[in-house]
Amino acid sequence: MIKKYDKLVTNAAGRIVPTEINGQAAVPYLGIGKYKPDGRKFAPAISSCADYPADGNKLVPSLRDALIKSGLKDGMTISTHHHFRDGDLLANQIFDIAHDLGVKNLVWAPSASFPCHEHLIPYLEDGTINRIEGSMNGPLGRFTSGGKMTGLAVLRSHGGRYQAIQDGDLIIDITVIGAACCDPFGNANGLNGTSASGGLGFALADSQYAGKVIVVTDHLVDFPCVPWQIQGNYVDFTVLVDKVGIPEKIVSGTTQITRSPDRLLIAEMTAKFCEVTGIIRDGFSFQAGAGGTALAVGDYFYKIMKEKGIKARFARGGSNLYLVKMLEEGYLDYILDGQTFDLDGVRSMATNPNHLMTTPFTSYNYHGKGNFAGIVDVAILGATEIDLSFNGNVVTHSDGYLLHGIGGWQNCLFSKTVIIPIPLFRDRIPVIVDQVTTICGPGELIDVIVTERGICINPLRTDLIEKVQGSGLPVLSINELKDEAERICGKPAKPKFLDEVVAAIKWVDGTVIDSVWKIADE
Amino acid sequence: MLGFYGFVHAKVTLIDSGALSWVIAARIEAAARELIDTEKTYLLPRNANVIQPTAMDRRRFSRLYLPGNSPSLMINAFLHGPDGLILDLEDSVAPDKKPEARVLVRNALRALDFGNAERMVRINQLPAGLEDLNWLIPQGVNLVLLPKCESADQILSITGRIEDIKQREAIDGPVWIMPIIESAKGVGKVYEIASASQNVVALAIGLEDYTADLGVRRTGEGAESLFARSALVNAAKAAGIQAIDSVFSDVDDMEGLRNTVKRSRAMGFDGMGCIHPRQIPVIHENYTPDAEEIDKAKKIVIAFIEAQQKGLGVVALGSKMIDPPVVKRAQKTIAQAIELSIIDNNWYETLSL
Repeated sequence: MIKKYDKLVTNAAGRIVPTEINGQAAVPYLGIGKYKPDGRKFAPAISSCADYPADGNKLVPSLRDALIKSGLKDGMTISTHHHFRDGDLLANQIFDIAHDLGVKNLVWAPSASFPCHEHLIPYLEDGTINRIEGSMNGPLGRFTSGGKMTGLAVLRSHGGRYQAIQDGDLIIDITVIGAACCDPFGNANGLNGTSASGGLGFALADSQYAGKVIVVTDHLVDFPCVPWQIQGNYVDFTVLVDKVGIPEKIVSGTTQITRSPDRLLIAEMTAKFCEVTGIIRDGFSFQAGAGGTALAVGDYFYKIMKEKGIKARFARGGSNLYLVKMLEEGYLDYILDGQTFDLDGVRSMATNPNHLMTTPFTSYNYHGKGNFAGIVDVAILGATEIDLSFNGNVVTHSDGYLLHGIGGWQNCLFSKTVIIPIPLFRDRIPVIVDQVTTICGPGELIDVIVTERGICINPLRTDLIEKVQGSGLPVLSINELKDEAERICGKPAKPKFLDEVVAAIKWVDGTVIDSVWKIADE
Repeated sequence: MLGFYGFVHAKVTLIDSGALSWVIAARIEAAARELIDTEKTYLLPRNANVIQPTAMDRRRFSRLYLPGNSPSLMINAFLHGPDGLILDLEDSVAPDKKPEARVLVRNALRALDFGNAERMVRINQLPAGLEDLNWLIPQGVNLVLLPKCESADQILSITGRIEDIKQREAIDGPVWIMPIIESAKGVGKVYEIASASQNVVALAIGLEDYTADLGVRRTGEGAESLFARSALVNAAKAAGIQAIDSVFSDVDDMEGLRNTVKRSRAMGFDGMGCIHPRQIPVIHENYTPDAEEIDKAKKIVIAFIEAQQKGLGVVALGSKMIDPPVVKRAQKTIAQAIELSIIDNNWYETLSL
């Protein structure tokens, strides 16, 4: 029996982390840019055309057949992707089949999980699935925090996932890629057909490095399927099903501009901050998240740009109606789209040559020769907690429960300016705390916190502090913000944890930045 | 708290959705009061922010209604910069929630941040509104809105009650009254109401009820309420107080709001109510004097100052005589522009520089 984890040490962020995870050695976080592994990238086995149909037709009758032909067996790592977000149908089907076949001890390596995956909890309980390496949202996070997962959960950012697969930290035995459209050879995209969901960037690493690659679609076209976001030359099997995903559910509630007056105020202050500090200028670039507040910031950017006749060079991140509007009206030269958040984004990517699919390799991979994230002028991100050292948490809540994945958050911290617009408190719980429950990102990379009651600039950013002077914006210190929150809410009790690690948080370079601990009252 | 109200062996179920302590205290007190007859009030420490008395003629462009039983809307309301925040006990509170809202609004007056906003409450129609005053006045109120006001006697009954409470509680500072005219009868008595007391600082009109009283539909153009609005503006100005317009109820229609504010200001109104914080900037922007007005006002004020310096009794701008009320209006415009930081406080002194 492999130990979940072993050999705890204190890392450079001052957090206690395991150096052995699920029987595999792990490097503790050393600081930003400090860990530089040597050696070579992981490589899958050499394939031969002789083993594949000469006519290129790789169709098999069902997902079950494809999994069996891929050699599905105990202990394998199976990966899926979140292009359909909460409308994903495949992950649940894969483990239904595995359970039916009596296969045990699998590792599920999704690019992200959603509430629809609550279906998998019985398989985590009965040993079909040993652990999740990826993200644990909602019910799966609660399950993990209760210490119920057999193996140790591992959380990675989108870029960290690419890095882990590329470096061989995460070896995928079988990947199942859901695609709105593909041909029998395996060329695939997310643009055509009734289940169109946008770019398939999250599946790139899996297609390149997995032992076996299965593409599942409900819209099979004759060769060639273009554009081939996934290249058929990587693909082992193709499968045609009735329905591959529910595209309406890619809009999962967070992709509408907030209507909350307080959050609109925060968004307006964030945009004003970017205006007075000169971040919004001709040719600038920005990263917009999917949350209601981040979308509102983008919309305020649009108003400022329109008023001043400013044009941005590119926007990165999840595309949506609002970015598409900016692109179509000429306020943006390019959308570099990592994840398509609504059907307007899907339509635009399919028809507008300036709306381009990007992947975690181009945008976020830390073990590459640079990536796009650092080129972005300003990234607007969220957080569940920020502490007095500006460290940020996005995975656990102040009650200690694991509830969210990291997404691209860690990777975006490398943008030139990182702004976190957040309410000062949520349901009586202050967002600014002495120490974050879980460190996901080090404070050196977080520049500005914008709350409804004041803006706080990291003292490291003397340039921004200088530029904001005389702007009339309410600038406070992080201690003042924390005191203001506690004046209104009081200081909530800290959650109680047991001395048992339930999940490891990986940094962008594959080192372990923090641990998530088991909740005491479970 | 249960001990404070003398409960023993009681089981309390509290569904915690993240409310602040003053809200939870109000909910428990309201529940206790449903079970027992008590005069005991459970008061948490007051917010350290000082309660500022306000001037009779202070700016009242916007006043934001906050339902008295919805504390989550109150907490950050001042951040949106309204001139007044109204904790409402009347129409926005369901009849069976009125007792609870009284406790909640009382606690809110002690705990909330108001920023630079006037502390306003809308009490219930009389006579229930008189009992509301006992709960509210001791906690520091700048202005009381009296709904469905139809006579000067009603004004006198609430000013009398307020004076009693102020004496009993040793409270200084004025409590202003803003009667809301919402019926044909009220419009008929509008000047009498406006001039009933020195503490009446503004008259407001409530068009939903007024149009219902007339038996007509409320329209965007407002032809049906033209008489009432004109009568109200006229009465307010005759009494030397402010005229305040009705709320604009479509919170998504900012263009409609903008047009309404422009018409309202042109008719002589000094401000209007709002029901959503996003309406505040639109209201302020359109009640604020524009550059042309300010420029003209500056010229008049300069002419006035120069006439005074020369000892002239008559103010003239070019070949045109300027009457004293025009000077007064120009001075008011300038004062407003200074207050809104549109022009500098010493704009006149720096003219020759």
